Amino acid sequence: MASDTSKRSSYFLISPMALIFAVFLVIPLLTIVVVSFWDYDEYRILPDFILENYKYLLGSAVTWSIYLNTLKYAVLTWVFTLLIGFTVAYFLAFHVRSLTWQIVLFMLCTIPFWTSNIIRMISWIPFLGRNGLLNSALINLGIVDQPLEFLLFSDFAVVLADVHLYTLFMVVPIFNSMMRIDRSLIEAARDAGASGFETLKSVIVPLSKPGIAIGSIFVITVVMGDFITVRLMSGGQSASVGLQISNEIGLLQYPAAAASAVVLLITVLLIVTALLRLVDIRKEL
Amino acid sequence: MTIEKKISKKTIETETGVSRRGFVKGAAVVTGAAIGSGAFTGFPTIWAQNIKDVTLRQFGTGVSNINAVADKVKEDLGFTLQMTALDSDAVAQRAVTQPNSFDIADIEYWICKKVFPAGTMQPMDTTKLKNYQYISKLFIDGKLTPDSEIAQGTAPHTVGFVEGADSVEFASAPTQWMTLIPTIYNADTLGIRPDLIDREITSWADLLDPAFKGKASILNIPSIGIMDAAMVCEAMGEVTYGDKGNMTQEEIDKTIAVMIDAKKAGQFRAFWKSFDESVNLMASGEVVIQSMWSPAVAAVRSKGIACKYQPLKEGYRAWGGGIGLAKHLSGLELEAAYEYIDWYLSGWVGAYLNRQGYYSAAPETAKKFMSEDEWGFWMEGKAAEGDILSPEGKVMEKAGAVRDGGSYEERMGSVACWNSVMDENKHMVRKWNEFIAA
Repeated sequence: MASDTSKRSSYFLISPMALIFAVFLVIPLLTIVVVSFWDYDEYRILPDFILENYKYLLGSAVTWSIYLNTLKYAVLTWVFTLLIGFTVAYFLAFHVRSLTWQIVLFMLCTIPFWTSNIIRMISWIPFLGRNGLLNSALINLGIVDQPLEFLLFSDFAVVLADVHLYTLFMVVPIFNSMMRIDRSLIEAARDAGASGFETLKSVIVPLSKPGIAIGSIFVITVVMGDFITVRLMSGGQSASVGLQISNEIGLLQYPAAAASAVVLLITVLLIVTALLRLVDIRKEL
Repeated sequence: MTIEKKISKKTIETETGVSRRGFVKGAAVVTGAAIGSGAFTGFPTIWAQNIKDVTLRQFGTGVSNINAVADKVKEDLGFTLQMTALDSDAVAQRAVTQPNSFDIADIEYWICKKVFPAGTMQPMDTTKLKNYQYISKLFIDGKLTPDSEIAQGTAPHTVGFVEGADSVEFASAPTQWMTLIPTIYNADTLGIRPDLIDREITSWADLLDPAFKGKASILNIPSIGIMDAAMVCEAMGEVTYGDKGNMTQEEIDKTIAVMIDAKKAGQFRAFWKSFDESVNLMASGEVVIQSMWSPAVAAVRSKGIACKYQPLKEGYRAWGGGIGLAKHLSGLELEAAYEYIDWYLSGWVGAYLNRQGYYSAAPETAKKFMSEDEWGFWMEGKAAEGDILSPEGKVMEKAGAVRDGGSYEERMGSVACWNSVMDENKHMVRKWNEFIAA
């Protein structure tokens, strides 16, 4: 009897969240899946059941090159944000001794987030341009005689902007994991004669794994879906899956966009599943 | 001295007095005349009194959704007009998917071809427009002058009329029912930085000249970009088209192949999608030659940077826009909308648009609102006698300047094609994506 009541109250308690998920996530997702099988022309979507959208999407060499390109951005961004994010978090967690300074420096990391994503991204353009600050400086210092063209409107620019935008997404969860590491473990490692690198390899990295996994999920999912960074920083010369979807929506090709979105969603879910197999996040939280 | 001063002061006072009185009187006369002349025809009187409570929501591209127009509407017609400026793609989306979110749609003709058949708009009865007769023949039968040739692509007159009041089928000849009342149009060409290019640019083919490797750009709005690409390929002699505005799959494939080769060879620095992007690319010197819009060239120049709207021997790629009525409009709102559209053709806006470098769809009425010098500079290709001011009063061109491309007849008379939607649109967009992903 008592367990019945608690069961009922449990259902009651989760109902608001379940309702929100149903209305704002499940129903829209189902709609996207349904529409992805519809037909379309210039100005209408035509309820139907066709496989053409998927057939074209999966059969086209363009899709594969776009996916390859998107994965390239995701992997490169992931590597750099991980290296930088881990280093920053390590410094904050283990080198800064006082809690006050940890908080102050941590807040410092968030200052760039006081302005919008797009503004932070666009400010790279005058800096990296052919006649931009960096090229003028390099020429004036005599390091190069010709402006470096690859700095802007290139893959380099896209990855640079992504790393700049998303490194904090790595810092926060890794820092969080590191702060939970029992400091006596590190002392024990040192007492046992481990070098700094050995401690890092055998104690800190394994214990930071949940943070690394969460940070990686953040960064990879954001970069996989991104379209604005790719468009602005590549000067419109590169494509990503997100950009393709955004173009299709712009041209009223909703079913094609829905099919692309479904495939992207499945891809990202697979990546996330793979990451979660590496660490049991539930155990660590 | 004192007396003189007094007299002159008195004269001034009197003059102001007179002119003020004259103005009030004049205003009364104008209002009377307006009522008398039947400017408010179609309204029961009670509606005319309520008109100040009417609010019409207009949306369209940034080129013509200008707050100055809304202010002038309030002043001249008494009701409120809310303007929303969007990009071309968003305009098409909104017109089709949110028909109740607007009363007046300001859309381009090539978008009209996509949007009107969706049935979210109502045709306009031209007999209710006093100024219909002043609309340029270009929008009625496609001919600027009786002997001019009709350009390729979605020429505005081909999607300008429908068969009847409830029809969504485009009519092949002018009828009483118009889809859009034309308002604005222009002829586009390449923009160049004459200070960074040391030779004459005469052809669309120059866009892919290896001399400008890594310094060229084209716009990444597929329906428009493909037309520029076609102008280039045709000028290079790489592709011959039956109709650039309605290409076959084979023509599209060939065009895109040429563009992909150029892209792989590093010809392009970037592709632009918005007005501001094109301005920034040019002003920063990232690009020295690109497809460009006339006011974007003006925007670069207003930064003190040399930029030329280069006429080319193959002619221009033109576009046009107009305003149309939402399906749901009725009663007082509908009458107010008709009143507004008729007012749009009556000259003030036309002059405003002409001064921005676009063209008014009713040139005759616009002329009345422009000075002789302005008309000569913008429309007749004459050298400016005084400084040419923008509608906001900024100096755009110094005295002596001549408009790039010359007179209205020269520019609009050498239109090679109009922006369009092709029958093979789906295929074209897919190929365009290949170009971007290449």
